[in-house]
This record gives sequence, structure tokens and C-alpha cells, in this order.
Amino acid sequence: MPRKPQLICPAGSLPALKAAVDRGADAVYVGFKNATNARNFAGLNFTDQQLAEGIAYAHRHGREILIAINTYAQAGRVAEWRKSVDRAAEIGADAVILADFGLLSYAYQTHPQLRRHLSVQGSATNFAAINMAHECFGVSRAVLPRVLTLPQVEYVIKNTPVEIEVFGFGSLCVMAEGRCILSSYATGQSPNTHGVCSPAGFVRWEPEGQRMRTRLNDILIDQFEAGEPAGYPTLCKGRFEVEGDTYYALEEPTSLNTLSILPELMKIGVSAIKVEGRQRSPAYTAEVTATLRAAIDAAGDAHYSVKPAWQDALTKVSEGHQQTLGAYSRPWR
Amino acid sequence: MQLTLGPNLYFWPRQQVLDFYADVASWPVADVYLGEVVCSRRHEVKTADWLALGTELAQAGKRVIYSTQALLESASDLMGLKRLVEAGGLIEVNDLGAVEIARKAGIPFVAGATLNIYNGPTLDWFAAQGATRWVPPLEASRETVTAILAEKTCAIETEVFGHGHLPLAFSARCFTARHYTLKKDDCQFKCLEHPDGMLVDTREGQHFLRINGIQTQSAACHSLYDDLPQLAAAGIGYLRISPQATHCRAVVDAFAARLTDASAGSDLAALHPQGLVNGYWHGKAGIALQPNE
Repeated sequence: MPRKPQLICPAGSLPALKAAVDRGADAVYVGFKNATNARNFAGLNFTDQQLAEGIAYAHRHGREILIAINTYAQAGRVAEWRKSVDRAAEIGADAVILADFGLLSYAYQTHPQLRRHLSVQGSATNFAAINMAHECFGVSRAVLPRVLTLPQVEYVIKNTPVEIEVFGFGSLCVMAEGRCILSSYATGQSPNTHGVCSPAGFVRWEPEGQRMRTRLNDILIDQFEAGEPAGYPTLCKGRFEVEGDTYYALEEPTSLNTLSILPELMKIGVSAIKVEGRQRSPAYTAEVTATLRAAIDAAGDAHYSVKPAWQDALTKVSEGHQQTLGAYSRPWR
Repeated sequence: MQLTLGPNLYFWPRQQVLDFYADVASWPVADVYLGEVVCSRRHEVKTADWLALGTELAQAGKRVIYSTQALLESASDLMGLKRLVEAGGLIEVNDLGAVEIARKAGIPFVAGATLNIYNGPTLDWFAAQGATRWVPPLEASRETVTAILAEKTCAIETEVFGHGHLPLAFSARCFTARHYTLKKDDCQFKCLEHPDGMLVDTREGQHFLRINGIQTQSAACHSLYDDLPQLAAAGIGYLRISPQATHCRAVVDAFAARLTDASAGSDLAALHPQGLVNGYWHGKAGIALQPNE
């Protein structure tokens, strides 16, 4: 029987971290309150003291804390990123999740005992890239960008000694992570440089009668008529005009949901299933953790099927209340 | 500072590609990047054709660099790259997997803009793997590039993306096929009908983005024409012009003229109906246009 994958859950705050541990996450990933972290949002993330408390709580329950230091160190400020790696080591994190190869090199040489995971922002989509990170920096796990089909994921797993972690639920990036600068094109700030995408400081909600327009740095991303729920203007999920057609030219507002393929993910040897959403509430973390926990525990059963209650729970917290298998099934292929 | 012609990001009919590069042989560019970097389904020009074109351009005095695909996903993507590497010559790598193949083969390479080199130690690491030139991330400002160059300890050439529609994002999904409600594997090669991609406008008619298969570009043309005098001073050795279906020769000539005579002027805006931008280089949103000082 295939080994049960670990469940890796997001926490943007101490209450979310505790909720994830309480509801059955095997590991919780978190970030510091600075630009080293790809969810660098106001009011989110951990001070050293909160992190120490969170790590103690997780370890008391036999779970792990992974610290994401997954933006790219900016020239002239490399010390900030290195210091964050040092802090993660000192504070007793179980692993760091890194994207920048220079930083991986630093972590490997300075803190060889601290486990290193290759972040999804590292943008390694094939085994050659992953094996290089393993050979050069002793990376023990890689998180795959959400662009591969199931057979492609399996092909990677068969050709690498590195554990493979994949996204199981959460908001969907339709672009290869780490290779998208749409956000800085519109606003000057991107995931790679500032740890943000379509940052809130540039968002304008513009009501006009019954209509709502959403803008990002003045660029019209979408407009919603009366009765249409208005969504956050993530710029790849807006409606635009291409040759006379107005539609979601790049991607619909939708969430990834892999409940229906958990047995396949286990069979091909995925080591860990990751939930997106450090920017979401503790209630989100609790709901999704409990649901994925139950589903992963059942997925080894020959008679596994997705329970309607799980589906309902995830639909409630999905972006645009829509879900997709994303690249795994490639409906567009 | 020398001019280079970047890889063609679009999908043109075979004859158009051959005619284009026959013409390029006489252009004032030092280096020419060849090869398909966007989509593995684009086969109008095959690897052997690229290598033959490279031989011809080399005979015309150009340095030829083979560019490799930006998103390597499948086994066949990796095999295609291995063939190119085994054929010898300089390559530009645009994916970490390609770095692994190049360094294992012991061949020098140009580290492309999508390798995410944002600081000196990271640039040093890629140089240690065999990079002899690098292209900073397209979103890097002059200040950032200067800071990276000040921080690095390796010896390496620097090439900046100087003119063209910015390739901003890569996906597994093909947005051109999506527009035609076709499946990616049965795309009917619709990209052939759009030699400069398809415009994506906001519902207020602002030209915003440009769809090019799995790639999303800027609708506007990023251009450092006005910044040319300062570029050389910043330690930039090479300036890349990205091929476009029309006026490409005129653009190259305009840059070449300004390189020899800083007072030369050319109305590049007239050649780019979707506008010019240069915000990235000035530390602003990429879509911004910083007026000439």
C-alpha cells in the first residue's frame, strides 16, 4: 500500500497555526513579517515570539513547522534573507522553504542540519532542475508548480530521490510560479520581489450605481453587474476583451481541489499534499485542514469516494465558489 | 555596448522565418539568438533547420546562440534540449532543468531572464555552473542591475532586454487555444495567424496584455531607446532587441544609429501603435512610461 502523504497546511497567524495542528495537519508552513515571504501582507505572519510559541505547540503535538523564506533576495539586502534563514535555524524550525539559489547555497553551507525544501516559487518543473537542487544544496523536498499533469508529476517522482510535494487545495495560479511578473507590470510589485501579487494597496473598488468596477493601479480588471458577486481583482482572473470577445482571457476565479484524485496522487508516490492560503483566516485553515485530513486518511481505502460533506466544506471556502483539477487533469489539453 | 537580436517569441510560417533570418545576416547586431522558446508544439522550423540557419549566420559574422524553451515540462522537452546541447555551440538557458543539462555537459551558457537572478551571490552561483553571460529579470530596474553587478564577484557579461513586447508570464495553459475554445493538443496552430500575438484590452479599451500561446506579454513595447546613453555607463555590455513581425529592421537600425551618435533621434512610437513603456528600468510599474529627461 502506498505511503500516506503528509498534509501541509498554511498559517498566517498563531490562531491559524494552532487550528491546523488541532485539525490534523502533519506540518504547518508559516512566514516572517517581512519581504522574505511570498505572503507579505499587512497584519499577517509571525513575530519571533509568536513563532516560538507556535513551534512549541506543534512539537508538543508531534507536528512540524516549515518556514517559507521564498521570495528572491534583493540585491544590496541579501543580509535580510540570510538573517531570516539564521532565525529559522535558531528558533527550531523543522525546515525552510527556499526559492533563491544563492540563498539555498547559503543555507546549505551555514545550516547543513536545517532541512531545505525547494519552494514552488523556485519554479522547478522537471526532475533535472530538482536533482540539481538536491545535488548542490541537499534539498530533500520540492514543491511542484501547478502546471504539470498527473503523468508528468509521476515522471518527476520516478526520476528523483527528492520528496515531491504538490498543491491539493487553494487558489489557483494559472501561471508557472516564479515565472510570472504580471503583478509588477501593473503595479511595480511582484511575488519574486515583494512577496505579493496584485497587492491590496493598489486595489480600488469603484461602485457606480448597481455596478462595481475593480481596478488595480487604475487598470480596469473586472466589472460586475447588479447581483454578480464582485471578486478581488487578481489581474490574471479578470475579464478582458480579445478580438471582440469579453471573457476571462487567462483564468476564471477558481480554486484547485484534488479530493477526487487523492488515491492517484498517493499511488504515484506524492510525499506531501499542500494547502494554499496563508492569507486566509484561521477558520479557513481549520475547515480545509479537517476536510483534507479526513480525505487523505480515507484515500488508501479501495472504496474511496469523495463525501458530499467534504465537497460542501471546500466549496464554501473556494474562490468564486468554483473548483477545478487544474493542470492535473488539463481539461484544456 | 553591442546589440543582440533575441529569440523570436512568435510562431511564424517557415518561409517567413527563413526570409527574416536571411535578412538579419546584414543587420547591425553582434549576436543572434535562434530557436523556439515558447511552445514545444511549434515545429515550422525544426532543430536541424535552426542549426543550419545558425551556420549561415555565423558565416555572415554573427555570433549565434541557441535559445531553449522557457518551461520544460515533459520528457520530450528535456530530450530536445539535450540534442541542442550535443550539437555544440553557445546556448541560452531559460529553465533550471536546462542549467543542469548544460553544467553536466560542461558547456558555457547564457543565463536567461527567467532564471530569477536578483542578487550577487545568486549570479555568482550561476557563473560557477558555467554561465558566461546573464540577462537580468525583466522587472529589474537600472538600480537593481547596478546593485547586483556591484555585489557579484564573478566575471560575467550582462545583457539587458532593451526593446520588445515583454514576456511576462508562462503557463501550462495555451491562451491562444483557449481564445478559440480549442484544446491545447489540437490547437490548429492558431498562433500562426497572430505574428505579434493577440491583444488583450481592458473593458475600457486600454491595451494591456498580449497573448502568445502559453506566454503572456505586455501589449505595449518596452523600449530603452531613450535610456541608451546611460546603459553603457551602467556596465551593460549587450542590449537585446526582441524580434517583431514588422519594422524590426527599422528598430535595429535606430538603436545602432543612436549607439554611434547619442544625438540621433528616431520616432519609435510611430512604429508601435500599442505604445511604448519603460517603467521597469526606472523602478516603476512595467506599464509606466518615464518621460525622457
